[in-house]
Amino acid sequence: MTKKPIYGLMAEFESPAALVEAARKTTQAGYRNFDAYSPYPIEELHEAMEHRRGYLPLIVLIGGIVGGLSGYLLQYWVSVINYPLNIGGRPLHSMPAFIPVTFEMTILAAGIAAVLGMLAVNGLPMPYHPVFNVPRFALASRSRFFLCIESADPRFEHHETARFLESLAPREVSEVAH
Amino acid sequence: MDIEQEAQRPSTEDVPARQRPPVIEPGHTFASVTDKISAIVLTRGLRWGWVIGFGAAFLLTMALLFSIAYLVAVGIGIWGVNVPVGWGFAIVNFVWWIGIGHAGTLISAILLLLRQSWRNSINRFAEAMTLFAVACAGLYPILHLGRPWLAYWLFPYPNTMSLWPQFRSPLIWDVFAVSTYATISLLFWYVGLIPDLATLRDRAEHRFAKSFYGILAMGWRGSARHWEQYEMASLLLAGLATPLVVSVHTVVSFDFAISIIPGWHATVFPPYFVAGAIYSGFAMVMTLAIPLRKMYGLEDFITLRHLQNMAKIMLATGLIVAYGYMIETFMAWYSANEYERFMIWNRMTGPYRPFYWSLMLCNVVTPQLLWLGKVRSSVPALFVIAIIVNIGMWLERFVIVITSLHRDFLPSSWGMYWPTIWDWSTFIGTIGLFLALLFLFIRFLPMISIFEMRLLLPGADAKEKP
Repeated sequence: MTKKPIYGLMAEFESPAALVEAARKTTQAGYRNFDAYSPYPIEELHEAMEHRRGYLPLIVLIGGIVGGLSGYLLQYWVSVINYPLNIGGRPLHSMPAFIPVTFEMTILAAGIAAVLGMLAVNGLPMPYHPVFNVPRFALASRSRFFLCIESADPRFEHHETARFLESLAPREVSEVAH
Repeated sequence: MDIEQEAQRPSTEDVPARQRPPVIEPGHTFASVTDKISAIVLTRGLRWGWVIGFGAAFLLTMALLFSIAYLVAVGIGIWGVNVPVGWGFAIVNFVWWIGIGHAGTLISAILLLLRQSWRNSINRFAEAMTLFAVACAGLYPILHLGRPWLAYWLFPYPNTMSLWPQFRSPLIWDVFAVSTYATISLLFWYVGLIPDLATLRDRAEHRFAKSFYGILAMGWRGSARHWEQYEMASLLLAGLATPLVVSVHTVVSFDFAISIIPGWHATVFPPYFVAGAIYSGFAMVMTLAIPLRKMYGLEDFITLRHLQNMAKIMLATGLIVAYGYMIETFMAWYSANEYERFMIWNRMTGPYRPFYWSLMLCNVVTPQLLWLGKVRSSVPALFVIAIIVNIGMWLERFVIVITSLHRDFLPSSWGMYWPTIWDWSTFIGTIGLFLALLFLFIRFLPMISIFEMRLLLPGADAKEKP
């Protein structure tokens, strides 16, 4: 595939409601490769953009199970197989005493999985991204709302898409260089 | 007029009718909230107050380093610990510090799950407080080992000595609980910081600041897809941190409760320790929040509402703690065990009785003032009560650790414990370390979560028609 001349077209909005409305219309117009940018999470956006629920909870569940199992098995292997010690006549396999460490290991692994999983699913860290080429995009982390339709979208057509974005009543529409 | 200001004109209507102070003072916009909080970090130069405060805290940190160096050189004989009181200041301070940390996790995790949005303005620095308190707490058991350079022996790792930790010991559970707690608190705090680091990156003018915050922000761009995963991750972390925070002080209480020492071997210990931890933690949040909001002019964001809510949590947890003291005394009598009875009698009338009665005064009597709405609305009164509770919780740990040990089963092995100058210098040194870290934090990172403050604004609702 030949590289498109620009990364996409970006529209700037002044209120969260305008952004949600724009995202809904963009989805209805058939665009798929687009993204909305806001200074805080907006729940309505996910619905407007028809996002599927991610698999982050699954990653965390697997992390927790792996952590818990490895915690328990480690204690079992150490206390019963590799280094059996008679502590006041207690059984080598002292299940109740193994629970705290198993629990902590579950939380630890699940928590690490949640953070690393979130970063991985989001593709972070990302040292360079074209949207930052728009000077006003710095306001996306302050007070403004942006929507960018990417040129990678099959429906993307420079003039057509620009006209479509203008119809959403943005503050302005700008080109996003690669 | 600035177009940003015009866009989200907040309404003053959401001040509740019952005259409760608002969570955020009216008149703020996305831009003003962002600018006000980020300006604290992004100004050039240092304020005099900051320099003096950090300088003093730094000197105390140096006292800590000196005490540690001397301890490593000579051994724990420099402390007041001996037979029969083998757990002195080190364990008292460990439990005190780790308890303080609990309020941060409670605010960031439990109140998030309960959708208490007032937490948004205090969660960031409460979490920072957790991290720094855990850092101070973690030092003590390591120093108390006697050979702190071998602390890594506590972790299970394959070694040439073919030795493994003893997993039936609560002291090993503690290693796992505290290190998990520190790790998860750090992750939670960092994840919460990412969007704000991006704000600082976009707002910084200095090249160094731009790249410093840029690297830490990891290229966050506020994408809707990212926010969705981000929110999910925060929620899951909150769900994980909630049982974790309860488990940590439970495991700390196991250090005592699993033993057979009268005064320690009690089933009430886990819930009573957890409540005490939250109690002392909120007292510390209050102790820090009141001067901070004053010094940095943040009364708009940390309002009287926050202080009142925290006062109510302190009152509630204080009552649970009082119940714990009551049950401890009752069970000593009801058990008909002469050692238990002697223990509680010794606490009340023995050589350490001033500690016991001041503990009751600080932790049980003083917080009852919080029943009065007038006291809950008075900032100086809240500050004084919070400090008294901090002292009271420290006394509680002193009473639990010292009075239980100093007169055990055989009168021939009774003894007294008095801290030495090195005990004090280590303790005051960790207070210095805690404050020094806190001063660095408020200078270099946003002490209030900016993106969560935006959520509190009336303009943040996307349901209104544009």
